[in-house]
Amino acid sequence: MMLKGKPIMSLKGKRILIAKPGLDGHDVGAKIIALALRDAGADVIYTGLRKSPDYIARVAVEEDVHCVGLSILSGSHKELLKQTMQELKKADAMDMKVFVGGTIPPDDRDDLVQAGACAVFTADMKIEDVIKTIAENLEGQS
Amino acid sequence: MTQPKREADLHKPDARPITPKVHRHTPSGIEVPTVVTADMAPDRSGEKPGAYPFRRGVFETGYTGRLWTIRQYSGFGTSEETNKRYRFLLDSGQTGLSVALDLPTQCGYDPIHPMARAEVGKVGVSLSNLAEFEVLFDGIDLSAISTSFTINGTAAIIYAMYLALADKHGVPREKLTGTIQNDILKEYVARGTWIFPVKPSMRLIADSIVYSVEQTPRFNPISIAGAHVRDAGVTAVEEIAFTLANGLAYVDELHRRGSDVASFAQRLSFFFYVHMDLFEEVCKFRAARSLWAKLLRERYGVEDESALRFRFGVVCGGSSLTAGQPYNNIVRVGIENLAAALGGAQSIFTCAYDEAFQIPTEFSAEIALRTQQIVAYESGVARTVDPLGGSYYVEWLTDKMEKEILAVMGEIDDYGGVVKTIEDGYLQARVAERARERKQAKDDQESVIVGENFFTRENQQPDYGEVFKLNPKAAESIIEKYEKLLERRNARDVEKSLQRLQQAAAKDGTNAMPYLIDCCHAYATVGEMVETLKKEWGEFQEPLRL
Repeated sequence: MMLKGKPIMSLKGKRILIAKPGLDGHDVGAKIIALALRDAGADVIYTGLRKSPDYIARVAVEEDVHCVGLSILSGSHKELLKQTMQELKKADAMDMKVFVGGTIPPDDRDDLVQAGACAVFTADMKIEDVIKTIAENLEGQS
Repeated sequence: MTQPKREADLHKPDARPITPKVHRHTPSGIEVPTVVTADMAPDRSGEKPGAYPFRRGVFETGYTGRLWTIRQYSGFGTSEETNKRYRFLLDSGQTGLSVALDLPTQCGYDPIHPMARAEVGKVGVSLSNLAEFEVLFDGIDLSAISTSFTINGTAAIIYAMYLALADKHGVPREKLTGTIQNDILKEYVARGTWIFPVKPSMRLIADSIVYSVEQTPRFNPISIAGAHVRDAGVTAVEEIAFTLANGLAYVDELHRRGSDVASFAQRLSFFFYVHMDLFEEVCKFRAARSLWAKLLRERYGVEDESALRFRFGVVCGGSSLTAGQPYNNIVRVGIENLAAALGGAQSIFTCAYDEAFQIPTEFSAEIALRTQQIVAYESGVARTVDPLGGSYYVEWLTDKMEKEILAVMGEIDDYGGVVKTIEDGYLQARVAERARERKQAKDDQESVIVGENFFTRENQQPDYGEVFKLNPKAAESIIEKYEKLLERRNARDVEKSLQRLQQAAAKDGTNAMPYLIDCCHAYATVGEMVETLKKEWGEFQEPLRL
């Protein structure tokens, strides 16, 4: 895929789950990233709104995805990431990479990374950079 | 209240600033000529404010009769904390309340529900039962203040709570003023707090409108909102088109039930976003007013002019605000506020500069409020009605927008109507597509966001200024209050009222409102009422179309 003449790493063969945990109804951020990932060659599954961490972990395992992207704009990112990581652990799926995107205050970023997020994305970042970061993290995974 | 420290960390500008080009088209894609001359603009010299088709305004006297309502959206944590913020805002000169509710209350979950636990009191105040309403409005005279609730999936329940509270305060219902958003159609498309499927949701909305026309004649039982689809990504033209189409869907539903359109149309109100393109925003309001009046007259034969008045509130800010260099947002909101006033809004909410990424601090909330007072009382904009009317450009652009709006409404009709576009996920996909285009244009520097994609600083990071800290004990205290309520109330009364609600829900043609009000008086909770209704109506299944 080419964007403004710059080649982007291909995500061909990668399976990615984009999920909306909790009650937050803002879904365009999740959908923008889902569409961009699909254009970069990934197989993208989108959960839809209002999913429990337990459901998200179950779908991630059933669909055998390489990574899970959580989109949270309600301020509940710390709790919801923690719960999702616990559910993934219970499902013996700790090898799955987890990303978090949304309205994340700068002060919370380190906490999310410590809790297991590979990267944290916010609205001021370019789509291209988000996709690149995901691709780099998935490099070498089969 | 401390002023955020600025001097110490002034950053270096980017070494090579790039100058953006001036676009020839509006954000909706309308090509604008360099000069608009008299022969290009439609002649509107015979039109007057306060008269059909109301392009120049719904009231003859504009803001000289009554200024717009200054109504800041606010609510967080416990009802006690929010009550305190309301008193601060009212003491500072705010003229109406606007209640922000937390997501569990909006989606119909009580604070102890597993889906609710992480979200209790986060984006708004938790209001799961009448006892919380009693605290929230403590010391506030319901007959003297108008209150707006941004509530949709559980709107009929929150309206019932407000009526039950008025009953307890001894305030006659006919004195109540305010608004419930109660616009479920756009929730399916953009905001996401739907609960029931489309059909029973439409019934509940019709129930509340019919009940309100009879019982609370000064209250707006619906605020048909384009704001959220707009903020999500669509253009100003689409914002108006989707909103008018939704509005007509509600009118159809009530008309089908045998209500006289003229009797309820004057209680319908609308709600929009104001973004940064000043003239397009002004013209979109002028266009919306005249289209709505014409559509009601043509389709339903409404002659009564008071039923054709398109009254609307606005919010300034939202996704037009940036996390980088956030103090620039104060200027943005000021310009948007001006557009809203020039466009003739009945009520205005100005976002605080930090509102796009956190609950405003008292410091930022005060600036947002002062912005409105500056526009209202210093700028002179409120002195005469529709001050831009008759400008060649404004009349030309208004006309252009009316045509484009009708074209988009035609597309929705061709698809099979609003409900079908929602059930199929067509509108949702269209919003997502637009959102992506908007974001890509920003990334590619096709659009200009000062301090974000142009004129940035070296190594710029998001900067929140003063950080708002939610009370970490709020959720705990809300749950404690909730559990005490369950012990305190009369369980038999609750059960009986819920049973009667379920019977009412099972029968089409029975108005559910009196049953909801009985439940509220018995201290049944929002979650209990929603679970009861779900037994009869089921839940909406979200179409997952990307």
